[in-house]
Amino acid sequence: MEITNYLGLAAILFAIGATTVLLRRNAIVVFMGVELMLNATNLAFVTFARMHGDVTGQVLAFFVMVVAAAEVVVGLAIIIMIFRARRSASVDDVNLLQS
Amino acid sequence: MTASGAEAALFWVLAPLMVLAALGLLFARKAVHAAICVMFVMVDLAILYVAQEAAFLGVVQVVVYTGAVMMLFLFVLMLVGIDAADSLTETIRGQRWVGLLLGVGLAVVLLGVISRAAFPPAVGLAEANAVTNPVALARVLLADYVLAMEVVGVLLVTAALAGLVLTHKRRLAARQTQRALAAAKVAALPTGRTLTPLPAPGVYAQNNAMDTPALGPDGRPLEHSVPRVLRIRGQERSATAVLAAEETLVGKELAEAGLLTEATEDEEAR
Repeated sequence: MEITNYLGLAAILFAIGATTVLLRRNAIVVFMGVELMLNATNLAFVTFARMHGDVTGQVLAFFVMVVAAAEVVVGLAIIIMIFRARRSASVDDVNLLQS
Repeated sequence: MTASGAEAALFWVLAPLMVLAALGLLFARKAVHAAICVMFVMVDLAILYVAQEAAFLGVVQVVVYTGAVMMLFLFVLMLVGIDAADSLTETIRGQRWVGLLLGVGLAVVLLGVISRAAFPPAVGLAEANAVTNPVALARVLLADYVLAMEVVGVLLVTAALAGLVLTHKRRLAARQTQRALAAAKVAALPTGRTLTPLPAPGVYAQNNAMDTPALGPDGRPLEHSVPRVLRIRGQERSATAVLAAEETLVGKELAEAGLLTEATEDEEAR
C-alpha cells in the first residue's frame, strides 16, 4: 500500500465535510462538517510529515487542533445565542438581513 | 514508500468504515446520530495517526477532539433539543443537487490532483522520531514556532472569554424574590390557582406510577395530580380501571390465603 492512500482518504473526508456544510440546515451539523474538514487536513498534514521525514507537519496539525478547539467554543456560543433569541438552530432561520 | 502489511490491513479496514461514518454525518436525520458518526471518524483518525508514527497527535486527537470538542457538541445538542431534526424544505431551489454536485466535484478534483502529483520518495519518520515523537515535536514547537505558540495561548484565553461573554444572559427584569412570588400566588387565588403544591399522583398497591391520578377526600380522581405533560400526551390512566384491577387482585389474594372461603360457604349455606 502506498502512503498516498492516506491523502486519498483525507480528500474524501474533506469533500464529505464540505458537502455537509453545503447541504445540511442544522447549524450544529454544519459545524460538525467544518470539524470533519479540519480533521481531514490534519490527516494530510500527518501524512506529509511522514512523507518528508519532518515533524513540522505534525506541529502544524497540532496548531490546527488548538485553533479548532478555540473555534468550537466561540461557534457553539454563537449557536446558543441564536437559539436563545430565535428558538431555532436552523441556518435558514437566521435571515434578519433579508429584505 | 510502501507501508507494512499490518498497516495496510489497518488502513483498508478503517478507511471504508471512516468514509461510511462520514457519510452518516451527511445523511443522518438526527443531529445526535451525526455526532456519534463524527466521533467514530475522530477515534479512527487517532488510530491512523498512531500508525503513522505520530503517537503524540494520536493521543491529543482523542483528548481534544473526542474528549472535549465532541462532548461540547453533545452538550449543546442537549441544550438546543435532542430531537431537533432537519427541516427538509428547500429555501433555495435545487440547492440539494447543486451542493451534491459541488461535493462530488471537489472529491474528484482533489483525488485527481493526488493521483496525478509526483511525490518525492517518502522518507519516513524513523530518523526524526529517534528521540521519541513528543520530544521531536517539542523541539520544533518550542524552537521554530515559539511565537506562534504564544499567540495561540492568547487565542485560547480570548476564546474562553468569548465563550463566557457570549453565553452570558443579561437580566432583563428585576430579580424575583420569595416575597414577590408569595404575593403573586396569593393575588392569583381568585383565578383558581392554589397556594399549596399540586397533589402527588396516585400510588396504589398494584402500580406506583406517575400516570394514575390520586383520589381526593371524596373518592374522586384528581386529574391535576398527573403531570401536565402526560395529560397533554394522553398517556394518563383512569383511576377507576386501576382500582377495579386492584380489587380483583386483592380478592384473589384473599381467596388464595383461605380468608374468603368461609364467607362464600356462608353465602352458599344461606
